[in-house]
Amino acid sequence: MKNSPSSPSVIIDGRGIEVRAGTKVLVTGIDISISDREVVTVIGPNGSGKTTLLRALLGLTTPTSGTVYRRPATTIGYMPQRLAVDRNLPMTVRRFLGLAGKFERGHRAEVLEETGIRHIIDSSIHDISGGEWQRALLARALLRDPDLLVLDEPVQAVDVTGQAELYKLISHIRDTRGCGVLMVSHDLHLVMAETDKVVCINTHLCCAGTPDVVSRDPKYVELFGRGVAERFALYHHHHDHEHAVDGHVIDEHEHDHEDAAHG
Amino acid sequence: MDDFLVRALLAGLGVAALTGPLGAFVVWRRMAFFGDTLAHAALLGVALGLAFEVNLTVGVVGVCIATALMLIGVRRRSGLASDTILGILSHGTLALGLVAMSFLEKVRFDLLGYLFGDILAVTLTDLTWIYAGGAVILVAIFLIWRPLLSATVHEDLARAEGVPVDRVNIVFVVCIALVVATAMKVVGILLVAALLIIPAAAVRAFCRTPEQMAVAAVVAGWLAVCGGLGMSVLADTPAGPSIIVVALCLFIVGAGVPVFRSAR
Repeated sequence: MKNSPSSPSVIIDGRGIEVRAGTKVLVTGIDISISDREVVTVIGPNGSGKTTLLRALLGLTTPTSGTVYRRPATTIGYMPQRLAVDRNLPMTVRRFLGLAGKFERGHRAEVLEETGIRHIIDSSIHDISGGEWQRALLARALLRDPDLLVLDEPVQAVDVTGQAELYKLISHIRDTRGCGVLMVSHDLHLVMAETDKVVCINTHLCCAGTPDVVSRDPKYVELFGRGVAERFALYHHHHDHEHAVDGHVIDEHEHDHEDAAHG
Repeated sequence: MDDFLVRALLAGLGVAALTGPLGAFVVWRRMAFFGDTLAHAALLGVALGLAFEVNLTVGVVGVCIATALMLIGVRRRSGLASDTILGILSHGTLALGLVAMSFLEKVRFDLLGYLFGDILAVTLTDLTWIYAGGAVILVAIFLIWRPLLSATVHEDLARAEGVPVDRVNIVFVVCIALVVATAMKVVGILLVAALLIIPAAAVRAFCRTPEQMAVAAVVAGWLAVCGGLGMSVLADTPAGPSIIVVALCLFIVGAGVPVFRSAR
């Protein structure tokens, strides 16, 4: 681990990060840093190594080369991608939040209020909607009073209106709590308004900067920009979700819900 | 009631108190095959224990723990799918155990007793092992409950929250090995995994929290032990398999009730 970067406000600083699985290079040569109150978004196509990069920054995987500095005594609130709990494990939202540790009642009530999930606290996590589940995950991350929130595709499997609300909530959290936010997304348009810095990767570092600089960068355009094609792919993607072709958790939940209603 | 029946009942109840909570984790973590593998490895432990004239429980516990740790290590390093590794170790150790036993011409032993359990022949020493070992296992599980549950839900999330996941997993796996060694006496090597999985699976539909499921699995295990022993006494059936048959009936009822409920 490298020691202190230039400024004390830097929470995580990664330099020349490379992660390999066997001979396959998952990410290489990535520089990225997140400071207090800063929202940094990592974007890139599917399979570009976004989650791998997050895991390296969090210390969940050891980079093959490069250095990761994490400010000492930093609390991280992590919201992983596609967290699907085995249906054989019965669990209420209350119990799920309790897994993060013991917290004072007032503090928990505040977080529930903030994320708007008070009404489902005693529901089974297997019966709530995709948006509610993502909020419950966010609540678990917030309970720890994090200095840095790390969100891996936070709006995945959430409907379009829910996506906008969730992003608004995330930016509200940054404003009120003053924590840094490191976020992964596959689509810049969605996160543009709420992001200070964008890091665009496709195994290697493509480009980085403010959202409007990145969106005009030729490398970004090359990767994403064929405007229509990208947007078409996106809509197509949503279409898939509605029909539950990929058998995603959320769709299963909603399906089960319907079954129960029929009974 | 005869003394041997009292001892059998005490042994069965003691073991079911352990297989309840641990079995619940086995179900949640999809480790059914893992339990089976450790049980098969236990036969090798018996053979080695007989050959080197050490206490059989020590032999079994030793081999089970070694196999469990080997599994963790191999899974991390090799490129093989984990069910392939489990299959190799499961049947490999079973075959090794059977071959090793064939060399033990001078020692008298009851192979069927190991394979299918011999709960009616439980001695006071066995009871001591079950209850002393059981107390240690329950305390260990109680102490690692929250981190273990957190790691079961999502390993990366638990790690990011500072849970020492690797250490917790090792404690858990050692506990499973110990439970297999104690449960072997009751239902035998071939049916140990059933005692872990079936009671937990039977009560799933009635529980809203993990803790409820762990406790309910213990109760289901106790019912199975009482019912199985009763059946054995009344109908002269083999005790170990009878316990599992009763557990299976509980599962069918438990799985059937919610279906019936929603069909109404």
